[in-house]
Formats: sequence, structure tokens, C-alpha cells
Amino acid sequence: MSEWKFTNKEFAQTEEKFLSGHRACAGCGPAIALRLVMKAARGPIIATNSTGCMEVISTIYPYTAWKIPWIHTAFETAAANAAGIESALKILRKKGRIPDEHVDVVAFSGDGGTFDIGFQGLSGAVERGHDFLYVLYDNEAYMNTGIQRSGGTPHGAWTTTSPAGSVVPGKAEFKKPLADIMVAHNMPYVATASISHWKDMVTKARKGMEVNGPAFLHSFAPCPRGWRSATGKSVEIARLAVETCVFPLWEAEYGKYKLSAPSKTIALKPEKKKPVDVYLKTQGRFRHLFKPENKHVLEEIQNEVDRRWQKLLKDCEMS
Amino acid sequence: MSTQKKGWKEIPLGGACWMSSTEYKTGDWRSYKPVWNAEKCIRCMLCHIYCPEGAIKHDTETNNMVYNFDFCKGCGICANECPAQAIEMVQEGKE
Amino acid sequence: MAKVEQKTIPLNGDNAVALAVKQCDVDVVAAYPITPQTIIVEKFSEYVADGEVETAFVCVESEHSAMTCCITASATGARTFTATASAGLALMHEMLGVASGCRAPIVMSVVNRALSAPINIHCDHSDAMCERDIGWIQIYAENSQEAYDSTIQAFRIAEALDVTLPTMVGLDGFVLSHTLENVTVLPDEVVKQFVGIRQIPMVTNHEGKLVPFKLDPANPLTIGPLDLQDYYFEHKRQQEESMRKALDVIKKVHDEYAELSGRNYGNGLVEAYRLEDAEIAAVCMGSTAGTVKTVVDELRANGIKAGLLRMRAFRPLPVEDIISNLSGKKVVAVMDRACSFGGNGGPLFHEIRHAVYDLPDKPKLVNYIYGLGGRDIQPYMIDGIYKELQKAIETGEIEKTVQFIGVRE
Repeated sequence: MSEWKFTNKEFAQTEEKFLSGHRACAGCGPAIALRLVMKAARGPIIATNSTGCMEVISTIYPYTAWKIPWIHTAFETAAANAAGIESALKILRKKGRIPDEHVDVVAFSGDGGTFDIGFQGLSGAVERGHDFLYVLYDNEAYMNTGIQRSGGTPHGAWTTTSPAGSVVPGKAEFKKPLADIMVAHNMPYVATASISHWKDMVTKARKGMEVNGPAFLHSFAPCPRGWRSATGKSVEIARLAVETCVFPLWEAEYGKYKLSAPSKTIALKPEKKKPVDVYLKTQGRFRHLFKPENKHVLEEIQNEVDRRWQKLLKDCEMS
Repeated sequence: MSTQKKGWKEIPLGGACWMSSTEYKTGDWRSYKPVWNAEKCIRCMLCHIYCPEGAIKHDTETNNMVYNFDFCKGCGICANECPAQAIEMVQEGKE
Repeated sequence: MAKVEQKTIPLNGDNAVALAVKQCDVDVVAAYPITPQTIIVEKFSEYVADGEVETAFVCVESEHSAMTCCITASATGARTFTATASAGLALMHEMLGVASGCRAPIVMSVVNRALSAPINIHCDHSDAMCERDIGWIQIYAENSQEAYDSTIQAFRIAEALDVTLPTMVGLDGFVLSHTLENVTVLPDEVVKQFVGIRQIPMVTNHEGKLVPFKLDPANPLTIGPLDLQDYYFEHKRQQEESMRKALDVIKKVHDEYAELSGRNYGNGLVEAYRLEDAEIAAVCMGSTAGTVKTVVDELRANGIKAGLLRMRAFRPLPVEDIISNLSGKKVVAVMDRACSFGGNGGPLFHEIRHAVYDLPDKPKLVNYIYGLGGRDIQPYMIDGIYKELQKAIETGEIEKTVQFIGVRE
């Protein structure tokens, strides 16, 4: 973890680099993630986004919500964008063409641009060891284009391309274990975070910026629009995801896993682990699962959550 | 006031944005408005932290939470997260 | 008359390009190997490994990422270069439009190779022809010497403040890229001075400040926004304007370079070879022009007034030069090393035909599609084309407007 220490009041005085006036929906989880990560910036910073909700709502020409330098090119290119910026900064500094000061490079991308279309670029950029932080804001579907399923959509969820029909009740496949795949790259820093556990998230974001090399931050960020949940509950739902172990919090440095405090508490006191129903009930995208004929899907979800949780405990040497 | 949009000769090269989003007021999206209770508030800063718009600031001089209603979309996250129940969502126009 | 002392060394086209890039003080090269461009990236890797260049060489995992890295590196203020061919260019297609829209003055070497399927590694122009409308300047080299010269010029053309558009320099795959030729090269310092330091245009940012168009924490800027119906058209109009201005810039840069090197290629946009009094003429691009020139010389030796118009710049289309050079000609053969399927002819044919359309004395045009997938085009075949042109003058008729030459029926 980063050594950065601060009180809530001190944090409240950090500069807003992701400005008000953006066009995100009311209660947008990703907007919270972006705003907080940008407040965790430690100095000069250049950001880049892939096409997606956060790019679209923040840069409707001629307006921009980015106080700092920012570029967008295409959907699958957040990591490649960062690679280009970072390569240019390094060489221009070496050649004395720009001031000799470190500039953090942060790439933001949704689950669409990360799990699926942008995965190649991400894997390539990490393999090449570029010094950048990749922040995945995971709202579990291609929300910007109207809630289509992605590799990050969980099992059983309704989306427009995995609708809850009479024959197939929601997404048949399970969520791709992306963060684990990134750990398998043996990269300097991988972490999962949730907007509900903001201090954990910003500390990890800062750590990701501090790390010399590629860092990956998988941020869980509910979308009230796509999840059919109340706009005021986005943070609460994110908290439930952690408390039910649907989205546990951990970090891994060069492949060595470590549970973060909120999930460690559950590991040490298993009775604190809430059943997934508590989490699923808050969202309309899972509503069909509470019909008697779909009971088996609920079981499948709980079983998979448990399986992944046990695997994580083993990886953290806490089982 | 001219509502004529700029032509191609006037706008900056290459699509560079020339206005800050802070000039676009999203406050009129609201149906519900947060009402803050200064006495109940414990100054935990969570409302400022969780607001997706950055519409709540802590004024260090007055020690008050200051709401920017130019941008508040009325999502209700601040009210939902406040540990002191110091924020109430009231229907716009009825506060 | 050449101003500077130069040396002549044997280089194949790819090596000539790599040398040009080495001399141009390029900051970032992001590239992915693809035949027949591989020698460019391999040679450049050697320069990097031996510390002969101060360039960040990014071995990206695909051509799409190669162009992406070039765009954002360029946006950060770096001078960038990449190279590709065929399927690689096709894979980059999405990002080519982004490069042009983001006004990134990237220089790219396209070692022209046929598109799949079936997969073919040999020369034709189908790859670059698919990128006609995407907003890149396109220059075609006749030989490795010109590939070297044009690559250097390309940085000046792309970076000119009036232009600020990405530029591709095409050289024929294998025919030029892998064939040894005597190339006369300028000294390092001369090239470095010629290309100079990259100029960056100024724009107004969201804080109302006039700042350089680049990503710089000291002067924040947002690049690559979402345009709705109210602004996209204006941004595209800007691109078109810069493309038009490129016509003059290409000529000026060419002339300045010609003074230094003693080498010129027509006026920079087109090269008219024995064309002025020609009765029959051909139009073509790339290495085939060299073969055509040989045939023209033979015909001329036999008293036949043959000529050639070689298109050096394809985008922007040098309409005025096409008109002035073809006006008054009776029959002209337009040779295309690409086919526009279902388009009633090849792309160059379409462009030339449209350029001369308004002329009261416009020539009759015949299209010869040739050399697809590296099919050899030989002097006797070109001689055959000129004979058909002569026949057309005599009979006053074109037998067939669009023809395929060299394909087995």
C-alpha cells in the first residue's frame, strides 16, 4: 500500500481534477471512481480514456470536464494510448525537450474496453512494462451503448444482449477473472477496489501511480441505469458486493496476493460474509432470478462466489 | 445574445475543447434536492467524497458543507451515505 | 546543382527508409513487423540497440496499437514514425482516421503489398488505395532513392503548420523494399537541419489560454472529444482545408530538398516524363513508372511520341497538374496496380477521369489494371499498351475502357 496518509478533512481539500458539469447519470458509480482517483493524483498528470461512458460524458465538444491534459482515441486503446504518452514523455525528457519532472500517466477504461476489445492492448502494454496506471471502472456491461453484456457481466445478469428470457435466464457465462489474469502477467501492482471503500481505493490508486511500471486497478462501480437500482444506492450496493464477497478487495505485487482490510475482516470472521441474495435483491437486473424456476441460477451464483472466495483465500495464504 | 455556433475557421484546430464543463449547469436535472442539517452533521466529509458531481465542498473557514446546486443532480447518494442522517432528500420546489 | 556532398551506398528500399528515419531525429517509433516492411523495423532496432539513435522504439503487439501509440506520442509532442503494409495497414484503418482527425503529423512508410484474401505478400497498391479518403497525405516513390528522399521530406510536409496531417510514403513491396539499389544519402547534420525541430500549432484551451496543441501538464488540453451533429462537420472541413494547403507545401518542401540534394521529382506532385509533346501517354505510380520510362525511351528512339505522367502525390490529388499535363493529349492509358471491385475500373483511373472531366479537349482514357499480387509487369506488356493507344488514335475508338493486363484468362 502507499505510504500516503491523510484525514478525511485533508482529503476533502485535494484539488478536483475531474470537474463538475459532466453529463453522467445521477448516481453514477464510475463518475465517483474517476473523481476520487483524480483527487489521488500526486503531481503532474496526463490522463486518457477509451471510448465509453466516462469519455463521452466528460468531453462533449466544446466542453471538457478534465482540468488536466487528456486524450481519447478509440474504444480498445486506453492502454495503447498510455503506452504512447509514456514513451514520448520518457524520450523527450531524455532529450531535454521537456522539463525533467515525472508525469503520471493514468488510463481509464470501462469493462467493455478492458475485458473485451481492449484486452490485447492492455496485455501488450503491461508486458512491455510501461510506467502507467490503468483504472478499470467496472459497471459490468457496455453501458454507454445501452447495457449490452461484456466479459465482465456476472452470471445471471440481465442485459440487452443477455436478456432474461423464458429459455435463457440472463447471462449464461461467468465473469471473466480479469484481475487474476493481470496478476498472471507478474506485473508490479494489481488491486481491486470499490467506490464504497473510498479510502482503500484512493490509497491503491496513489500506490498504482507511485509504482515504477504498469499498475492495474479494478474498480467496482455500480451503474443505476444499467443495474436497475436506485440512484442513491450506488455506494451502498458497492459495499454489499464487498460484504458478500461478490467483489472482494485485495492487492497483488508481482503475483503475491494480499487481502485488503475490508475483505480480511470477513476472512477472519466468516460469519460476517453475507449471502449473495442480499446484494442481488438491490438490482432490477437480477430480479428474474427470484422467480422459483430460476432458483438454480441463484445457487450457481452463490457457488461461484464461494469458489472464487476460497481460491482467493488460498492465494492469500489465508485458507 | 448570439446563439450562432462557431464556424470551421473560428474553432480551434483538431477538436481541442475550449470550454470547461463547469459552464454547463446540470442542476436543472434534479427532481429531488438534498437539504443539509448543520447541527446533525459530524463533518465526516463522506458526502463530499461520494458525490459523483463534486457538488459538495467543505468550507474550512465556516466549517460548513457547501452545496453547489448548479451541479447537484439530486441522486441521493449523500443522503443515503450520511452516517448522521444529516441530509434529507426533499422534492425540488418543496424544500 | 547539389549543394552538399553526399555519398552513394547500396541499400534496399527498406534499409533506405530506415536510414532516413535514423537521420530525422525521430522521438518515438512504434511498429509491428509485417512482410515486406520487416527490414525497416529490424534495421531500426539495430540502430537503437547500438545507441545510434535517441528514439523510443516500442515493439507493440499489433499494428492497431502501433498507430495508437504514434497518435498519443505525437499528441505528447514527439516526432513519430511507423511502417506497415497490406493487412497491417488494414488493421490500422480505424486509427488512421483518428490520426488525421487528431492532427497528428505521423510519418508512415507503407511498403505496398496486396490485401488478403487469399493472402499474398507481394506488391500491389490495394492496401494504400483503401485509405484514400481517410485524411492522410499519400506519396508514392518510384525507386529506393526516392523512398529515402520522400521519407525525409514527409516529416516537413506533415509537420508544416498549414498542414499538420499524417503522411504516408509508399514504396513497392519486394520490388523496391528488398532490391538493392545505389542510393545517394545526405550527411546526418544536413538531414537533421532540414527536418528541424517539430513545430506545434497553438490552440485555445478550456481555460481560455492559447497553448500548444499537445498534452502538457503546464498547459492542459483535451484532445479527441465527442462531437455531436453540431460540430463534426466543421472539424472535417478543417481537415479538408489543410489537405488542400498540402499541395503547395509538398512542392515547397520538394524544391527546398532538391536544392540541397540535386535531386528532383517533377514538381514534387507529379513528374512529367517526355510528356509535353507526347501524343500517347500513360499515367502510373510507383516502381512501374521506371519500367514505363524505359519503354517510352525505346518508343521515342523509334520516332513515336510517347510520354508518361507519374503521380508522386496521390493525396491531395494534384488536379491542376493532371489537367495541365494531360490537356490536349488524345489517348491516355491509366495504369492501376489495384482494382476497385465493382467500381468499373481502378482507383487511379477514377481519379484521373474525374480530374480531366471538365476539359473541353479532355483525352480519351483507358484503364489497365495490372500487377495484382506481385504479378510482373514487363516492358513488352507496356509496349503493347502504347500500341493499343496508337490504334485508338487511328481508329478514333476505344475498344475496351477497362482492361486487365497480365492475368491469365
